[in-house]
Amino acid sequence: MSAPSTVLFDEPGPRARRRMRIATVLGALATVALAVLAVRQFAANGQLDAARWQPYATWPMWRYLLNGLGSTALAAVVSAALAMAFGLVLGLGRLSPRRWARGPAVGYVEVVRTVPALLLVYVVLFALPRYGLDLPLFWKLVVPLSVSHAASFAEIFRAGILSVERGQSEAGLAVGLTPGRTMRLIVLPQAARRVLPSIVSQSVGLLKDTSLGFVVSYTELLYSAKVLANYNGLLIQTYIVVALVYLVVNMSLSKLARTLEARQRAVLRRRIARG
Amino acid sequence: MSVILDHLPELWQGLVVTLQLTAASFLGAAVLGVVVTALRVSPVRVLRAIGTAYVETFQNLPLLVLLVLAVFGLPEIGIQADLLVTAIVVIAVYEAAYIGEALRSGVNAVSKGQGEAARAIGLTFTQSLRHVILPQALRTVVQPLGNIFIALTMNTALAGAVGVIDLTAAANRVNLVEAQPIPIFVGAGLAYALLAACAGFVTGRLEKRLVVLR
Repeated sequence: MSAPSTVLFDEPGPRARRRMRIATVLGALATVALAVLAVRQFAANGQLDAARWQPYATWPMWRYLLNGLGSTALAAVVSAALAMAFGLVLGLGRLSPRRWARGPAVGYVEVVRTVPALLLVYVVLFALPRYGLDLPLFWKLVVPLSVSHAASFAEIFRAGILSVERGQSEAGLAVGLTPGRTMRLIVLPQAARRVLPSIVSQSVGLLKDTSLGFVVSYTELLYSAKVLANYNGLLIQTYIVVALVYLVVNMSLSKLARTLEARQRAVLRRRIARG
Repeated sequence: MSVILDHLPELWQGLVVTLQLTAASFLGAAVLGVVVTALRVSPVRVLRAIGTAYVETFQNLPLLVLLVLAVFGLPEIGIQADLLVTAIVVIAVYEAAYIGEALRSGVNAVSKGQGEAARAIGLTFTQSLRHVILPQALRTVVQPLGNIFIALTMNTALAGAVGVIDLTAAANRVNLVEAQPIPIFVGAGLAYALLAACAGFVTGRLEKRLVVLR
């Protein structure tokens, strides 16, 4: 299955296969050329010296960076929990038949979606202390992140709840459950399963946003890197190492989201096959 | 209110920079995104792998890390450009991954039979792309692209964290001088909301126009 027929291409014939071989060689060459160029640029500026990379093979360096990663994880987990709780309330509010619940929820989601997280960070950093609310550093990062991601989580939950077939809640009401219990016992458990992949990928976004600790000077991974780079003067090395750490963590989470999604699709297919 | 009027020139300058960042990086991201999509749907495995690696890398790295790396790191290996240009390029490269992903799902949303039918009646590759596949694919990606545009507008604020004086940074500076956070930050927030509303309006119109075709 080198090249399955897709919406764009048929099974390749001999001429197409020759062209594909040429493209393969060209693509590989371009990649290698780019890598060579990058390495030469590094070497020409003396950034490849062993002495400049050696520190990253030592344990104290990694202990320091892993500490930063730990703080990143803590901030991400706490803001995810807060944002999800608040997002669930907002999502339910937006679906509520009562106008006093729906209006504010809709307003919140629409407004927060269009305000940059950095602006919220500045508000917490510089505006709130003026009104006597000077939060500890950790919360200066967590609060704006929770506020901004709650809107995204609200939309995810809303979509999840709407994706549960109407018959489910109708059946719940028909057997005499109150609307609240129908939601809690019948609709939410099913919705929770369906939104799991979206929640994981939204959490990747949240984890990425914890890098705003750089601005807040909360010592998560990126700010730790800044401190480290200022101390040892190995700017590009430090930031590359830190970028790789982010990459490994986030790729694993994204992979998890894809796995969950695939599993769900398989379950759905089996259910359809059974009829 | 008078604070905003007093500092209108700085704030206006910030807004202009934000608009420049948004427009230029979206344009760059669109072009790069099309390239990435072409790589990802190509029948050549190596090209597909390059496209996938690109998307995976840039979707899983925080934009701020990329900005910091480019602004403070690249000069170390002798690559230095104007700060604003650097920010535009980085944001474009970052968002191209998202645009590429949106476009690819649009192409994949077109059913296989459509392409097969187009080829069966003898359309060339370009013709089938132009008359059959793209019109259907574009229709499904208008909404996601609009969302990416809004997210991109919000992300341009991060350029403020590495020294570009955009709207967010300008608002912050004015606040540091005047210490009247409420009107300044609310004003800046409203400007962003207005930008997003414009984007929403345009995508809404576009979607309506495109959907009629069906």
